[in-house]
Parts: sequence; structure tokens; C-alpha cells
Amino acid sequence: MKKRKFFSIPTKYILGILSVLCIGMMFASYTTGFAGEPLSRLSGYVFVPFEKGINGIGGWIREKSESLEDLAAAQEQNLKLQAQIDELILENNRLMQNQYRLEELEEMYELDQNYAQFNKVAANIIAKDSGNWFHSFVIDKGQRDGIEVDMNVIAGSGLVGIVTKTGDNWAQVRSIIDDMNSVSAQVLSTSDLCFVKGDLQLMSEGLIRVEQLKDPENQAAMGEKIVTSHVSDRYHEGILIGYLNEVTLDSNNLTKSGTMTPAVDFEHLRTVLVITDVKQVMEE
Amino acid sequence: MKRTLAVGILIIVCFILQCTVFQALSLASVSPNLLLIITSSLGFMRGEREGLLVGFFSGLLTDIFFGSLFGVYALLYMFLGYGSGLFHRVFYDEDIKLPMIWIALSELVYGLSVYFFMFLMRSKFEFPFYFTHIILPELIYTVVLTIVIYRPIRSFNRFLERLSGELPFEYQAPAAGTGKEGE
Repeated sequence: MKKRKFFSIPTKYILGILSVLCIGMMFASYTTGFAGEPLSRLSGYVFVPFEKGINGIGGWIREKSESLEDLAAAQEQNLKLQAQIDELILENNRLMQNQYRLEELEEMYELDQNYAQFNKVAANIIAKDSGNWFHSFVIDKGQRDGIEVDMNVIAGSGLVGIVTKTGDNWAQVRSIIDDMNSVSAQVLSTSDLCFVKGDLQLMSEGLIRVEQLKDPENQAAMGEKIVTSHVSDRYHEGILIGYLNEVTLDSNNLTKSGTMTPAVDFEHLRTVLVITDVKQVMEE
Repeated sequence: MKRTLAVGILIIVCFILQCTVFQALSLASVSPNLLLIITSSLGFMRGEREGLLVGFFSGLLTDIFFGSLFGVYALLYMFLGYGSGLFHRVFYDEDIKLPMIWIALSELVYGLSVYFFMFLMRSKFEFPFYFTHIILPELIYTVVLTIVIYRPIRSFNRFLERLSGELPFEYQAPAAGTGKEGE
């Protein structure tokens, strides 16, 4: 059969050439951070409109199907929330007091307000990782909207992840529950440092791993808030990651590790906010 | 040329489905691997060369949007496509058993490679967990999906054959069984 007319290089050579190309790209990506920028740009224009469309349709269907069952649940929830509001008002008062005290102290120490309000951009999730091993997704904002690599991504109550790749009109976000992700964090109340690492094994239970928690005074209790730490070079300080579940002493008798529950519900995430301020690293 | 275009559109459509609709269809946070199905099936139906090209481009798309190390998936899918292409000669497209077995094997190779290169290399040793929670469910789900979409892919292939004038009519009797087709 003489069907392929336009090129007749033996298939084995094509295989060889493309293998070398792939391995070359892997090396390039490992050493220089090459991520196929021209290709990313081009493919963004092909895929993003479709993905947005499908996402829109999916959202519409979901809305329709959920709106009915939601009504009953909403009424029930309303009561609960009312109770919660009362509780929160009390707590808020208490916090306001603390806030005043903090302001006084800051004035005293002449501390600058070192984190002002962040600038944020809202984005929709339009595609999820095609495999089952990792947990990254694509959002519908890219370089044109001012998104850059290493920007933090949050949703409602807490940290979602970090931008790892950008195209013109899309960006890849690696979430904190992804197996390759690691965030430098601290326990809010005690400022004890630790690392929060995504783990595929815990992902199905909705948990993430906490490692190397230095807690000499045994203060880390269940339910403690974990926030991003001041030593992290990519994550802004003080973003809520989640709540501590349980920790046990490591075999080195110095640090602890265990699990925590992220503040964000990753299963039902639809929209996220990207903090468009990149954490400044001292470059003196 | 038309054929290349048709295959290109198929890959694009499948990729879009894979990362939108299929992620919503996931059971126990495992979703089937549509890209692998089309890579393997087209490999069977069209031979090594197209298998490897389809695999390469499917993988490349995955790399562009979801990869962390650029080129890994392209390489993996390319080899899987080439591997299925080797069966082109003994393949008879009415028979779904061979594609199912081979797609299951490809899934296994795919899962094991991802585990080996991206998890074992980072000293994650709990292989039984990954095998029972990711590799095996994905394999089963993908094979089930293969049964469903095998016929559409086969009609797509016949459409391709008609496009390039290999097959004048609906049925493929003259082209099958010659045993000498290939490159």
C-alpha cells in the first residue's frame, strides 16, 4: 500500500527523532524551566474557548439540578447559620478588641502595616488535570490579565494553590493537595513552623500531610489554624491553609507530623481568586 | 491532508472532553483515560506511524496544560501508540477483544510508568496503595469506556479510510486480511 506519499521516513526513525526531542524537552524543562511557551500560547487560543463553553453548559445544568434540592436544605441551613451568626458576633467583638490592642502595639513598635490588602483577580476553573495522579487545573485568566507564575491562588476561606504555568489566556494552577506540592506553613497561635505537603494517599479522604512541625511545648492541638508562614518565598504570609487534625511525634523525637484538613473544598471548586502580588523576595 | 486534519480535530475534541466532561464523570475521583483509548485504537487501526504521532500529540497537549516536566507524557503516549501500532498487521477491527486487552495493558504500563517516574523517584514506596486506588480503577474504568466508544472510533476510522480513498464503499472487505498492508 502506498498511502503515505508526502513523507517516507521509516517509522522507527520518527520514533527515534521524537523520543530524542521529548528527552531534550525534559532536560530543557528541568534545567531552564522551559515549558513550551510558544505552544502554550498557541494552544490556549484553540482550547480555552471550548473549555469555557463546556464549563458554562456544565455549570448551567448543575445549577438547574441543584436548585430544587437546595431549597429544603437552604431553609434548614438558614436556622443553623442564624445561630452561627450570633456566635460569630460574639467572637467578632472579642477579635475587635484584640485588633485594637494589636494596633496599639504596632504603633508602639512603629511597625509598618507590612501586608496591605492584596490585589486579586477572579478566575473560573475551566479544565482539570486529565490524569488521576496529580491535582492541577486550568483557569481562564492568563498573562493578558496580569497573571504570572508563582502567584498565590485562594478561594473564599483559604489557600488553593499556586500558578505554575501561564499562557496568554489561561494559567495552570497546582493545588496544595497535589502530591508534588509543599508549602511552608505555621501554626497560627504558636507560630511553630511546619511543612504542608499534598499527598495522593490522603487526597481521597480530603486531607493533607503536615510534616516537620516543631512543637516543643506540645501546644499543637486538633483544630488549630494552619497558615502560610513568613519564611516561605512564594506564599504570602498568613493565608489560611486549613485546620490541624492530629499529629504524632516523629521517630527523631524532635518534630511532629500528621494530617490536616484544608479550608477549601477542592471537590466542588468552581471559581478562585488569584492574588496578583507576587511575594517579594529580597534581592539585595 | 484531510485525514491529518480529521485526526487532529479528533485529538483536540478528545482532549477537551477528557479535561472537562470526563473529570466530572469521575467515580471515586478516578476518571477514565480517553486519550489513551484513541491513541491505542488509532494505533491498531492505522499502524505504528499514526499511532505514535497521535500519541505524541495527545501527550504534548497533556504536557502543555498539566505537565510539570515538559515532554514526559508526550514520550509515554508516543511509545504506547507505537506499541499498539505493531499489532496493526494482526488486527481485525470487528474484534474488540484484542483492543480491550491491549488498552488494559497500555493502561497498566501507563500507570506503572507514572508511578515509577513521578512517585517512586520521590521515595513514595506504598505501591499497593497506588495500585489499588489509582492504577486498577483507572484501568477498569478505561476498559469499560473502551467497550462503549469502540464502535464510534471504528466508524471514524472507516470515515478516514474513505477520505483517503482506501475504501470505496461502506464495508472494508477488500482492505482486510491482505496481511501486507502497513507502511
